[in-house]
Amino acid sequence: MLVFLIRRIGHGILVLWLITLAVFGLFFVAPSNVAQSLAGRQATPETIALVKHRLGLDLPIWRQYLNFIENAAHGNLGFDYYHQVPVTTIIGQALPVTVSLALGAAVLWLLLGVFNGVISAVHPRSLADRGLTLFSLFFYSFPSFLLGLLLLYFLYFRLTLAGFEWFPAGGYTGITQELGSWVQHLILPWLALALLLAATYTRLTRGSMLDVLGEDYIRTARSKGIRESRVVVRHGLRSALTPVVTQFGIDLGQLVGGVVVIESVFSLPGLGKTAVTAINQQDLPVIIGIVLFASAAVVVANILVDIVYAVLDPRVRLH
Amino acid sequence: MALLEVQDLRVSFDTPDGTVRAVRGLSFSVDRGQTLAVVGESGSGKSVATQTITGLTRGAQISGTAYFEGTDLISADAATLRRLRGAEIGMIFQDPLSSLHPHYRIGWQIVEMIQAHDHEISKRAARRRAADLLTLVGIPRAAERIDDYPHQFSGGMRQRVMIAMAMALDPALLIADEPTTALDVTVQAQVLNVMRRLQEEFGTAIILITHDLGVVAEMSDEVIVMYAGAMMERAPRRDIFYRNHHPYTQGLLASLPAQSGKRLTPIAGSPPSLINLPKGCPFAARCPHVFDRCRVETPPATDVQGDPRHQSACWLDHNVTEAVAS
Repeated sequence: MLVFLIRRIGHGILVLWLITLAVFGLFFVAPSNVAQSLAGRQATPETIALVKHRLGLDLPIWRQYLNFIENAAHGNLGFDYYHQVPVTTIIGQALPVTVSLALGAAVLWLLLGVFNGVISAVHPRSLADRGLTLFSLFFYSFPSFLLGLLLLYFLYFRLTLAGFEWFPAGGYTGITQELGSWVQHLILPWLALALLLAATYTRLTRGSMLDVLGEDYIRTARSKGIRESRVVVRHGLRSALTPVVTQFGIDLGQLVGGVVVIESVFSLPGLGKTAVTAINQQDLPVIIGIVLFASAAVVVANILVDIVYAVLDPRVRLH
Repeated sequence: MALLEVQDLRVSFDTPDGTVRAVRGLSFSVDRGQTLAVVGESGSGKSVATQTITGLTRGAQISGTAYFEGTDLISADAATLRRLRGAEIGMIFQDPLSSLHPHYRIGWQIVEMIQAHDHEISKRAARRRAADLLTLVGIPRAAERIDDYPHQFSGGMRQRVMIAMAMALDPALLIADEPTTALDVTVQAQVLNVMRRLQEEFGTAIILITHDLGVVAEMSDEVIVMYAGAMMERAPRRDIFYRNHHPYTQGLLASLPAQSGKRLTPIAGSPPSLINLPKGCPFAARCPHVFDRCRVETPPATDVQGDPRHQSACWLDHNVTEAVAS
């Protein structure tokens, strides 16, 4: 297990390094005029050269890259081009928003998906199963930005017009400032992100549970005379969770993309929105910082999923 | 009075193709400490019958009675059946790899069963009990192996674990559904030995479902031969082998590899569909002795040579028996 972990962490570092190369490469292949836009429209070539020198953009690319790597190794991701704020500070400010959004949504979709899936599987072809299938198909076919906009339109715009100011249009309050307000600001973004995935997880859990409930060891569990709820949860769900965990690992990675859209729709000042702004301004250090950070999060999430795997299934531990 | 008395058990399933009549009027009884073997091909309804009695059949139409120590299992509610399962009726199944939960330690699985029925017992005591049981079924170093997972055991050892679990609460009845089919021949004998030893020690009655007549010869006191969901012949073990009456029983014995070097004679054809059963005797289409009456009327099970312990559902003369395997 320890060897396995070390190997996985090694892989992760390799992946992160490749990503820095890719982002750096892409940025310099694309036409750039950061110095121009910083110095202003009427700047003389000398001023632009000065700006370039100050930002280190006059150095050869490989030199810039080495500087970046050296700084990154010391925990310094550089400063943004426009305000000279450390990139780590920018990430540090945006991170709680994105983590709140992502984790809240993840908890919501996991709970909804697994619960609905189990209900569907225990009573296949029942009214509940058909209803949940309909629910799944409905949200399954919704892009999350559209769902976000619809939620905003009905639950914010319409409700507020009607005099019920239950949901804000957007924005963010820290969890440490006021818990109620935190939830209030995040509930629509959570729903927009989670409902689509909850639909996927309902189908996934249902299929997986139906397979497992047909297994011989479920018959054994029933033959032991233990309660049916225990048969379903302790014996059935325990096995049925393995594919769900796999899917969760993949989705955590994909979530980074979803977060960008949702943060823009609900004007949440998280990593996604910061990244979009930075890309528009060609603010390389911020872009690299965020991409690197997001990649690290995906790598860590996948390692965690592998660990959960081993906890769930003793047969995995041997390999 | 018999420990288990089943009368006219009928089980059918509705499928998109029609109603499958899996068990059609099965009656039998088992006494304490006795072994009843139920023999038949795949799909003859032997597993369905026993699983129905214990309430493990789902989505079926069931009729008949099955009195177990005074309780009718067919009309009993789910909670009553659950209390009986495990505590009074233990079960072991064909494939010991897929029958144990792959994610839990075997000790945990046995303790779970003990604690489901004995709410007083401490975890520590239940564990000690589990270790004792594992020793009893012949698992070496049981105290260490109790925390191993099923995949760390061989097939024969896993089936021993299943037996230990099924016997954990000293049930009055053990239903063994093809317990040795998935095992090597040498291991089969060991597992059967363990079952027989426990039976002698605890006085357990066993219903042994099998299609292996070798196992029947080894283990049983009484034998039921099933075909297409109905009983064809019922007799004490010796009579099934040496004084059998039903042509299907004879066919089964003839298709058994004998040491005498005789060529195997398979039964021609295949069992009838349980959805559209033909009129008359279900075995008529494959029977070498078939005559007109067989295709019109279903023969009832009646005594052979006036012996109430030996019954056959066949129109052939009940005073003539035939010895096939000897």
